[in-house]
Amino acid sequence: MADMELTGAEIVVRCLRDEGIKHVFGYPGGAVLNIYDEIYKQKDFEHILVRHEQAAVHAADAYARCTGQVGVAIVTSGPGATNAVTGIATAYMDSIPMVVITGQVPTAAIGQDAFQEVDTVGITRPCVKHNFLVKDVRELATTIKKAFYIAATGRPGPVVVDVPKDVTQHKCEYAYPKSVTMRSYNPTSKGHAGQIKKAAQMLLEAKRPMIYTGGGVVLGNAAPQVAELVRLLGYPITSTLMGLGGYPSPDPLFLGMLGMHGTIEANMAMQHCDVLLAVGARFDDRVVGNPKHFAKEAHRIIHIDVDPSSISKRVRVDVPIVGEVGQVLDEIIKHIKTGKEKPDQQAIKAWWAQIELWRSQDCLKYDRSSSVIKPQYVVEKLYEVTQGDAYVTSDVGQHQMWAAQYYKFAKPRRWINSGGLGTMGFGLPAAMGVQKAHPDAVVACITGEGSIQMNIQELSTCKEWNLPLKIILLNNGYLGMVRQWQEFFYEERYAESYMTSLPDFVKLAEAYGHVGMTIEKPEDVEPALREAFGKYKDRLVFLNFLTDPRENVFPMIPAGKGLSEMILV
Amino acid sequence: MRHIISLLMENEAGALSRVSGLFSARGYNIESLTVAPTEDATLSRMTIVTRGSDDVIEQITKQLNKLIDIVKVQDLTDGSHIERELMLVKVRASGEMREEMKRMSDIFRGHILDVSDKTYTIELTGPGTKLDAFLAAIDPAAILETVRTGASGIGRGDRVMKI
Ligand SMILES: Cc1ncc(C[n+]2csc(CCOP(=O)(O)OP(=O)(O)O)c2C)c(N)n1
Repeated sequence: MADMELTGAEIVVRCLRDEGIKHVFGYPGGAVLNIYDEIYKQKDFEHILVRHEQAAVHAADAYARCTGQVGVAIVTSGPGATNAVTGIATAYMDSIPMVVITGQVPTAAIGQDAFQEVDTVGITRPCVKHNFLVKDVRELATTIKKAFYIAATGRPGPVVVDVPKDVTQHKCEYAYPKSVTMRSYNPTSKGHAGQIKKAAQMLLEAKRPMIYTGGGVVLGNAAPQVAELVRLLGYPITSTLMGLGGYPSPDPLFLGMLGMHGTIEANMAMQHCDVLLAVGARFDDRVVGNPKHFAKEAHRIIHIDVDPSSISKRVRVDVPIVGEVGQVLDEIIKHIKTGKEKPDQQAIKAWWAQIELWRSQDCLKYDRSSSVIKPQYVVEKLYEVTQGDAYVTSDVGQHQMWAAQYYKFAKPRRWINSGGLGTMGFGLPAAMGVQKAHPDAVVACITGEGSIQMNIQELSTCKEWNLPLKIILLNNGYLGMVRQWQEFFYEERYAESYMTSLPDFVKLAEAYGHVGMTIEKPEDVEPALREAFGKYKDRLVFLNFLTDPRENVFPMIPAGKGLSEMILV
Repeated sequence: MRHIISLLMENEAGALSRVSGLFSARGYNIESLTVAPTEDATLSRMTIVTRGSDDVIEQITKQLNKLIDIVKVQDLTDGSHIERELMLVKVRASGEMREEMKRMSDIFRGHILDVSDKTYTIELTGPGTKLDAFLAAIDPAAILETVRTGASGIGRGDRVMKI
């Protein structure tokens, strides 16, 4: 068998099989016809045909987010590849492990402005962890192995493998390497023991401690360690948009999300703590605002991250620790448990008293007696009806923030959203990826009428695969987040943020073969949700909630401003 | 501050554009960049001269290290090092200027590589500052053309950059 030669196309498919891939999202075209012919002949993985390449990549991305495994997408050359770019950039910004195989024109035609040729490696270079152009079939298997290895290790990220059509025809012997080593890439690192000791010490000395966690906790599967540390110390914890679910949101030690639309208690505690432990978070502009005003009283900052370049990028830290977050936290926990020192209970009690004072302002309150549907209410009801156990994807805008604020994620990998790039159009294809990964799970996509229209064609894919998603459309008639900024910062000049002629979403859903509902009154919200998750459990239900068009996301710290400028309800 | 950074990288197509792309995407400045294969044909060595605050330089080295094709990064400015640049300069050399140019070239330990009735083409190597000094020392109107390689750098003494 060993001496049997395979074509490049066969090799691609074999590699995916040998990598243990079960689902591939994609869209065919000239340059990948040979690969698709091999996909046709095999049964090892399912190929999910989407309706637009962007959706294939988002679906593969979400598949990775909810499972922790590498997502896979295949697209053709030229427009297939350019359509995929938004999806690749989305995954890159959120450090999602993914392999995207792109077709390319035959090697001899490269550089000739051939039909459907683009410089895919060039176009994607700034938004991939790495990319490859495979010019020789003998390098194909090793390159694909490297792609999976690079995507999944260290700080994860998308890797593009560009395969010219002739390479898919050429033949060579196939052997899938069990592992690869690269002298230029050594991602696994253990935290520095001395630094770890210092961090443990610092945490124990804190009078006003704060723990701030990000997407790195979710990606690094470190939620158990975070929970153990937080409970061991009894310290307050907050999380970024990307980190939600990394610590159970309903727990009283959790202060809610921080940042631009974070809670008062989380942002105030960040500002006034004396020791800050940052785990798998990158102090980005939506969290820190202006770095000059950030956490001024934090005498000491400890920062754990797998990526050295995340450390001291925006905020100077005192104890940088580069390493896998879970491993580092394990070590810190060990130090604290075996040492004699204990946290200063009196100081911590006083600190909590202060935090409870902030918390008592109840910054997420909203008008519950409104006669129009409040979007927050829909999310709260969704939380209740799904018992907090759904996978929730979202698009980008106000609805995304309300989802983050009011759906109390208790587990990691349940909250799937485009935090870094902020890609409208992510939600629906992401929900497809999640549902393929977890066929029996409850999957909801919280979206806006602007965002959902950016990949609405995927309703067709959902029909083909009978994906029983629930689309929770918070329909405020506006590009709400844009409208909110215009209201606050542009003297209510609502430039192009209102869409007339929205489709009849119920008919639209029905046209695609799904169930549609429009909900206009607050008292109908819960029954509609119960019907969708009960009677229509096995169907895709498109719930069009007509929500208060003028509702805003609060609290809000305007971009680049400090906490003192926080806007409250 | 000015920093001179050495890189060892896989001699792969596209490696150079990853480095230059990183600098432009993140807004770091490049004063000069030189690259060529090493005695090990699978590796290229690059020297980058850049300027930035300590924070920026720290980010530059971290971001370079993060590029998958890069095997090693060293900020030569951290220790004692040697740097050299090559310049070819074509100057007007007619009449009484001819002797003067020859003299200046000698003072700066240049070599005249090519001669015509009216011109000399001079080769000069040295730290960038020396090349600047030469250009400043001669009559600007006499300079017809210059081409410089950018600095190459290496550590002094036992300081070796190898994999
Ligand atoms: C692809 C893309 N284009 C533009 C934007 C800018 N943007 C951010 S939020 C937003 C409005 C979103 O409107 P909608 O989906 O209706 O959600 P809402 O804010 O009303 O909840 C826009 C246009 C974006 N994030 N992504």
